[in-house]
Formats: sequence, C-alpha cells, structure tokens
Amino acid sequence: MQFLQLVISGIAQGCIYGLIALGFVLIYKGTETVSFAQGDLMMLGAFGGLAGLTFLGFPYWLAVLSAVAAMALFGVVLERLVIRPILGQPAFSIVMLTIGIGYVARGLITMIPDIGTDTHTLPVPYKDEIWSLAGLVLNVEQMVVIGATAVLCLLLFALFRYSKIGIAMQAVSQNQLAAYYMGIPVKRLNGLVWGLASAVAAIAGLLLAPITFVHANMGFIGLKAFPAAVVGGFGSLPGAIVGGLVIGIVEALAGFYLPDGFKDTAPYIAVLIMLMVRPNGLFGDQLRKKV
Amino acid sequence: MRFIFKTRYEQDLLLAKHGGQVFWYGALLALTLAAPWLFSEYWLAQLTFVLIYGIAGLGLMLLAGFTGLFSLGHAAFLGVGAYTQAVLTNAGLSFPLALACAAGLSAAAGWVVGLPALRVKGIYLGMATLSFGFIVEEGFARWESVTGGNAGIHLKPPSMLGWTLTSGEGFYFLCLGLAVLATLGILNLLRSPTGRAFVAIRDSEISAQSMGIHLARYKTLSFALSAALAGVAGALYAHKLQFISPDQFNVLQSIDLLLMIVIGGVGSVHGAFLGAIFLISMPQVIALGKDYLPAVVGQAPGLQGLVYGVVVIIFVLFEPMGLYGRWLKIRTYLQMFPFYRKGMFKRQKSFQKSDRLK
Repeated sequence: MQFLQLVISGIAQGCIYGLIALGFVLIYKGTETVSFAQGDLMMLGAFGGLAGLTFLGFPYWLAVLSAVAAMALFGVVLERLVIRPILGQPAFSIVMLTIGIGYVARGLITMIPDIGTDTHTLPVPYKDEIWSLAGLVLNVEQMVVIGATAVLCLLLFALFRYSKIGIAMQAVSQNQLAAYYMGIPVKRLNGLVWGLASAVAAIAGLLLAPITFVHANMGFIGLKAFPAAVVGGFGSLPGAIVGGLVIGIVEALAGFYLPDGFKDTAPYIAVLIMLMVRPNGLFGDQLRKKV
Repeated sequence: MRFIFKTRYEQDLLLAKHGGQVFWYGALLALTLAAPWLFSEYWLAQLTFVLIYGIAGLGLMLLAGFTGLFSLGHAAFLGVGAYTQAVLTNAGLSFPLALACAAGLSAAAGWVVGLPALRVKGIYLGMATLSFGFIVEEGFARWESVTGGNAGIHLKPPSMLGWTLTSGEGFYFLCLGLAVLATLGILNLLRSPTGRAFVAIRDSEISAQSMGIHLARYKTLSFALSAALAGVAGALYAHKLQFISPDQFNVLQSIDLLLMIVIGGVGSVHGAFLGAIFLISMPQVIALGKDYLPAVVGQAPGLQGLVYGVVVIIFVLFEPMGLYGRWLKIRTYLQMFPFYRKGMFKRQKSFQKSDRLK
C-alpha cells in the first residue's frame, strides 16, 4: 500500500516534470532548439496566476485562463524579439540566449518590491482536499495534476497528428528551407511554437503552485525536467510525459528506499544510465546521421 | 596596414607574429608582473580571481570553443580539483604534488565524462555533463568523512619544501605563473596535430573522421585536458578562498563559466581571459552603479541576474564572437582605415536543418 502511495505521488510529481519537458520537446520539435528558459517561463506563469487570483481578484477559472493566455502572448512576443533574429544560427547560441532569458525573468521577478522575494501560496479552490480510496489517501492537488496532464497530452497529440498546423510544425522542425519552399510560413510557425510552449509552461506552473509554493526560484525544477525529456527521447511528445513519469517515480521511490541524498540525484543517475543504454531515449527516433 | 614579410622558415614557428605583438604582450606581462606594487590589495585579489577563472576558461574554451563539445557541468571538474587539493594539502602534501594530483584526478573525471561524448551529441552531451555536475555536487555534500559535507572544509596555505606561502602577493605570482604556463600550453597545443584534430572535429566530425582522426580518442583527450585545467583552477580557487563548500560548485557556477567564454568570445584564447575579466568586474560595476539608480531598482536583489541576462542576450544577438570579436572588428577598422566596409563581418544567413533527420 505504501508502495502504491509512493508511486502515486511520484506520478503526480512526474506529471509536472512531464509538462515542463513537454515545453522543451515542443520547442525542440518545432524549431530544433533547446530552451533553457522553460522553467522560468513556468515560474512567470505561476506568478501570473497569483497576480490574477490575489491582486486582481479574478475567479479561479478566469485567472487560469488569463495567465495561460498572457503567457502564450509573451512567448510569441519573446520569439519575435529575441529568438527570430538569430534563427538558423548554431544551436548553442540559442541555448545561451535562453539561459539569458531565464536570468532576466528571475531578475525581473525578484525586483518587484515585497512580492518578488517572498514565497506565496496560490489559493486554489481544491487546496488541501483529500480523497480516501480503499486505504489510499489521494491528494486532490495531485489528482488534478494527473488529470490535467492527461487532457493536455491528448490535445497536443491530436494537434500534431491531425491538424495542418501541427504537421507543418513537424515539417519545419525537419528542414526549415524545404518547408519554406513548400509554402509553410516558417517564421510565423516558430512564433506559434514558442507561444504554445509558453502556454504549456504556464499550465505546469499553475498546477505545481498548489503543491509547492510560488517563488522566484521555482523555475529550477526545470533542471529536473531535462532528464525527463532525455529519458523520453528529446523529439517525442508522448516520450516527454513518459520520461517525466519515470523520473517522478524513480525520485519518489529513491527518496524512500535509498539512503539520504539519492532523492535529488536519482533522476540524473537515471538519465546517465539511459544515455549509456539508449542514447535516443525511450521513444526517440533511431536514425543515424549520414553525410 | 601591416605586411609581414617572411624571410626565414623559423618565422612560421614563432608564437608572436610580428614586433607589435611582442611589444604589446611584453607590456601586458610587465604590467601583470608589476601589479602587486601598482594596485591595492583588494584589486590584486580580484586580479588573482581573473587569472584563476582565466585558467578554468582556457579549459572550457579548449572543449567548447575548439572541440565543439559543450559542457554544462564544468563546475564539477573545478570542484574535483578544489576538493582534491583541500584534502591533500590538509594531509600535509606539498603544493606541487597536491596540484598534480588535483589536475590528474580532474582529468580522470573528465576522461570518464568524455566516454559518453562519443555516443551522444549536442544537447544530449549537455544533459550528460549537467547530470554529472549534479551527481558530483551531491557527492561533495554527502561524503562527509572526506569533504566535510555542507559545512565545507578549510585549507592550509600552500607550502613547498618547508616554505609556506601566506601573502597575497606570493599567491598572485603563483597564479600568474600557472596562467602563463597554461596559456602557452594551449597555444602550442592548438598548433600541434592534436589541436588541429580538435578544430577539425569541431568543424565537421564526419570529415575529421574520414581524414583519419580517431574521434573517440580525441574527444576524450579534449575532455581530459579541459578537466585538468579546470582542476588546476579549482585547486587555486580553493587556496584563494581558503574555504570550500559544495554549493560553490553548483550548476550556476557551470553556467557562469559558460557565460564567461561566450561573452569573452567562443573560439579564441583571448576570450577566456576577457570573459574572466568581465565575470569578475561585473559585480563591482553593478555595485558602483547601484548608488546612482533609484532605490527600487538599485537595491533590488535581482539586479545582478537581470544585468547578466541582458548582457548575454545582447552579446548573442549582436556580437556572437564576444568581446574578442568586437576587438577584432575595431582592430580591422583601424588597420584598414578608411577602407572598412560595413558588411565585412556580416553573418551569413543560414537555414536550420534537423540533426535528427539527415
């Protein structure tokens, strides 16, 4: 029973990792770049929700919607202002650029007087509720995380599988020039991908906020989402979620059964093993680079 | 404009290509040698840090700038060097022996991390090094019997042959000597077949391989050399601070090291030191500028991070070759005056292709 309990809390935590990893994978799939700012975008989303709920006094659904919409817009603007000028440059430039964006986001939030440096709780309607089910104690906050992740996954899967835009995004990710020749508006799509990834990050932030707290450094959890993305295979959407779940469960079990200190390193040990055994991840494409 | 007429074959082997270089690098060396008598103790300490970070930067530059492998966990090598030095010095080993052990152990760690470098590329390698960094940091914190855990560990001053180095000036000269040695070593390495192989791997792995370069050997060698330099820097860092704890070698330190070489200029030996100067002087500049800003902005804790982020974004957007690239442009402008054209250093437009499908 305890094992099951651990697994469930691991799954909930893993869903958060998965959602952040989903943002990485979206950007990687769409624009073939890796965004290190994803954790900080998540933090901005959580602060957006906090602003809506406490300072503006919105009802919960409106606060969530406005935070997600605001972050999507922010993502589009960000892409237009700083990412687009260096489109096509080496991937490492963009990695450094996103690290810079992360620094700026964290710096700006901590510069807000009195609010930025504190930790806040997000007053969600389902706070501190508990379901008991056949001896299991289920935290509603965690259940909401799992449910929301499942729905979001289905939506994104449908987008990439069935919609024209999703297929165009995949084409852009594979070869920008060829996609451009086929009449795909590459630049506009890249903006859209960043908007989508930011919106997903905002959702992750809003889901994570009730479990932990809202503070300027909550974005560092993004560093644990990287292993999730790698375990799942960097270019695979279901892989991101599965990778997140694997990392979450490994972490929860390692925290309980292994000595102190393994809880925080278990995800990284898992990713190192993964890179040795299957460098392309669980769902990664098995393709070799040719000349 | 300067024309170099080569009259002897040995001229090709010289490190300094012409009299101007001899003069300016000589002047720089003279200035750094005279620094203890020119600057106050505080600025000398800052200069020592510049040299230490410069050595670490040289290592990362060799790896990232010349071999094209990016490490997101370089602080771990710094940490391995620092802790080895701390433990061995406290055990009574003399400085050169401890330093050699620190460099050797770091190099061994680098070799181990370099092993996956053959199989994984790009972002996956970044992840592998990042994971390694986290594991090593946690290891420092948990292996309390040796490292003292989160409480940290104190160091004795460096000593050799019954002669103990306690003064700041003496330690500065020690760092200066090692930095000069490291720089000369890297410069010579880069024009040797090994260095050429590194650059070939950076430019194209496939063509390097088809020219007969053993990818596995050279990649792990690059990792090991880079880690060894980081280890030396870590050992000096530990002696300079006289106290080390695991959180000095966390992921933020790794990112700082990366920032340093990006701002200095990836792919140039000058860049390592220019970046180190930037990294050390930036907090001072911010501290000086704080008083002139309104209190809401100036006293906010996030100011430093904000400035760092903005600077990195500006460099990546407008000056991808870093400070050294900017200097190159200014120099070219002066050399060619008045024939400098605007588009000379214009970036070529390029389209991105997937690494996954090719």
